Amino acid sequence: MISNLTTGERRGALLILLVMTLVGLFFAAAGRGDPIAVHGALIMVAAIALAFPIMARLYDPEPPAERFDTYYDDPSKVGIILTFVWAAFAMFVGDWVAWLLVEPTWTTSGAWSSFGRIRPVHTTGVIFGFGGNGLIATSFYVMQRTSRVRLPDQLSPWFVLIGYNLFCVLAVTGYMLGITQSKEYAEPEWYADLWLVIVWVVYFILYMRTLARREEPHIYVANWYYMAFILVVAMLHIVNNLAVPVSFLSAKSFSLFSGVQDALTEWWYGHNAVAFFLTAGFLGMMYYYLPIRAGRPIFSYRMSIISFWGITFMYMWVGSHHLHHTALPQWVQTLGMTFSLVLIVPSWASAANALLTLNGAWHKVRDDATLRFMMIAAVFYGLTTFEGSFMAIRSVNALSHYTDWTVGHVHAGALGWVAMITFGALYASIPWLWKRERMYSPALVEVHFWLALSGTAIYVFALWNAGIIQGLMWRTYTENGNLAYTFLDSVVAMRPYYIARAIGGLLFLLGALAGCLNLYLTIRYAAPATDTASLKPLRDELNDAATLPAE
Amino acid sequence: MALEERDPITGYMTTGHEWNGIKELNTPVPRIVYVFLILNTTIGLIYWLLMPALPLGTTYTKGLLGYDERAAVHRDLTSAAAARAPWHDALDRQDFSALAADDKAMKDIREAGRLLFGQNCAACHGVEAKGNAGFPNLAAGALNWGDSPEAIQETIRVGVNSAHPDTRTAQMPAFGQDGILSRNDVMAVISYVHDLSISGITASGLAHPDGAKVFSAQCSACHGADARGNSDLGAPNLTDTTWLYGGDLATIFETVWYGRQGRMPTWESRLGARNVKLLAAYIADLRKRRP
Repeated sequence: MISNLTTGERRGALLILLVMTLVGLFFAAAGRGDPIAVHGALIMVAAIALAFPIMARLYDPEPPAERFDTYYDDPSKVGIILTFVWAAFAMFVGDWVAWLLVEPTWTTSGAWSSFGRIRPVHTTGVIFGFGGNGLIATSFYVMQRTSRVRLPDQLSPWFVLIGYNLFCVLAVTGYMLGITQSKEYAEPEWYADLWLVIVWVVYFILYMRTLARREEPHIYVANWYYMAFILVVAMLHIVNNLAVPVSFLSAKSFSLFSGVQDALTEWWYGHNAVAFFLTAGFLGMMYYYLPIRAGRPIFSYRMSIISFWGITFMYMWVGSHHLHHTALPQWVQTLGMTFSLVLIVPSWASAANALLTLNGAWHKVRDDATLRFMMIAAVFYGLTTFEGSFMAIRSVNALSHYTDWTVGHVHAGALGWVAMITFGALYASIPWLWKRERMYSPALVEVHFWLALSGTAIYVFALWNAGIIQGLMWRTYTENGNLAYTFLDSVVAMRPYYIARAIGGLLFLLGALAGCLNLYLTIRYAAPATDTASLKPLRDELNDAATLPAE
Repeated sequence: MALEERDPITGYMTTGHEWNGIKELNTPVPRIVYVFLILNTTIGLIYWLLMPALPLGTTYTKGLLGYDERAAVHRDLTSAAAARAPWHDALDRQDFSALAADDKAMKDIREAGRLLFGQNCAACHGVEAKGNAGFPNLAAGALNWGDSPEAIQETIRVGVNSAHPDTRTAQMPAFGQDGILSRNDVMAVISYVHDLSISGITASGLAHPDGAKVFSAQCSACHGADARGNSDLGAPNLTDTTWLYGGDLATIFETVWYGRQGRMPTWESRLGARNVKLLAAYIADLRKRRP
């Protein structure tokens, strides 16, 4: 892989790693007594470890010029492996946390493994580790194919992929060390946030450069969604994380916002992270992999346009529905609620566009678990966006707020939509990238599908019940005007549902582990592809396009 | 190369573009999408007219319904207070012995008290008020600061070693750590104290004469010469079988060597006088029902 880099790119990589080593060394040495020193050492060790294999091949010959005839897929391959690694790790932690809610003693006595520290390890691990790597790996793949152009260079995709994973590692190790700014889904502290800004700007520029060099006259809809994902996440991340560090040698910082402004900024970020990270990015994935796997044209180009603009415009306003019946002025809550109500229309139009695309290919959905993953993802996308708009209504929210219904809703989206579309896209990509006939074991894909679907169903049903029971217990009064139940009564009542939820999570985790095994077997043992039609090198497609006869 | 073609399955034309084999149909947006877009937008706009919705510099549109969440909460609180008024009156009017005789009042106190206790006290004292190590069992056994309803009421009001100016103050000194007693003296006195509740004061004194001597010199000031404690000082009775921290030798050693400064918060400002009284009546009733 390193030999495929040009000599200049190898030198550039070494220079970046040298700078990182020095920065890491500075924090490790000067940040004594502060947890930032641990992260300095971690950065330094990671940079040095990466530098060795590059130095070993620094004087290898230049890669052959034929490379320009092919797409550059090495970063996508590594990204897919990392996606599965994060899935196994973060879903394991998630199920551990779920069992802790059943039996709080099932942990170690170390502070690192307390519930409050490992819960964000799970959320960051699945959203950013699993979801983010899946998005980056597939976006590199999709943008090259749909633009019919090779990535503009070979260094920046590696910088994005490895730099992003360094951010994820800093985040989850930081939580276990006790480093957090206590903002949900934005827990990492200032130095990790700054690093992510650098990585993300390189990602944005890389995407723009690829699109600018495209050989197709139009930009395919998947790329709009990927672009919206990259651009808006940069904006959200920068604004919500504006903070002043206590000192440049301390991990601790204080947010620029306080009070209800802080809460609103946080949920403007939080809900748009749902919108642009967990929705727009994965819609990009869906718009490429679903039609190509089904072998069907997108049902309606026009519907993808109005959905795209509907989603990007409307989502921006709805964050305040996380703060119904709080100190936030009611008129802001009204805006959040009404925009959420309209948002259901473009959301369902997207889900319908996906499902109607499958018309004429339903026999494939029946036979092919990979395509079925994508179909179920579109169904859960529709269900979850309906539920989200419903829960954004103030009177519904009065029941659902602070209950496990919210957690169930998030997991309907995260397991049913995000993870299912990702697994579908990965199972489609893996044979293409490693030039295999198919996944080593289609039966194992089938097993994964049913584990994932049953796990999601058990999880979501358990927490619907749990949340509605909690909400009702908290608002039931006796004739004398007393609350009928204490909070502890509601905690005791949750036990059977928490057990069911942890079992659902376990099934989902087992499915992901089956996926890891299948990935390994496919890379190691699967038969090479004989039908190379879908693996046609870039140059052939260019030639085909030039000589395409008029139909 | 933009060549439209007809899709045989849906009958719609493609847009004529192709990306890596993917084509798109030029299907018109189904009418239902527009219907719901207009419907939901209209609902939203009507809601804007009726409710607080749009910012206007330093104020905002109040909406035609004139709905104000703050006023609504006040209304709810007022009507809830009205619902509670009858039995609140009974609670305020009567003293503890009168309350205990008033079956209707006790029924209300049991219902409301269970809730107040569950929300505020159960975290330390347990859902059934049976206590935990360091947190006394309230349902049975002796209470260090007295077990009359009035004493319980005062303990809840001011707390123990709390921030309240009238707080109950209990400081068991660290006899070993602070060098008040030698190690031998500590070992002697813990054996003596350990046997008090098992074999009685006389037998224990005979078995541990050195311990008895240390006890009368150092401990009797608070715990009394008969070791039966003093509820005015919060000093526990050491001759009964109720132990706050534990009656085994190791725990008694820890108590004598390092001292104890247990805390209970003051509830006066958080719960208010009426709820403090209610809790005291609830606990007194609990003790009566579960002796």
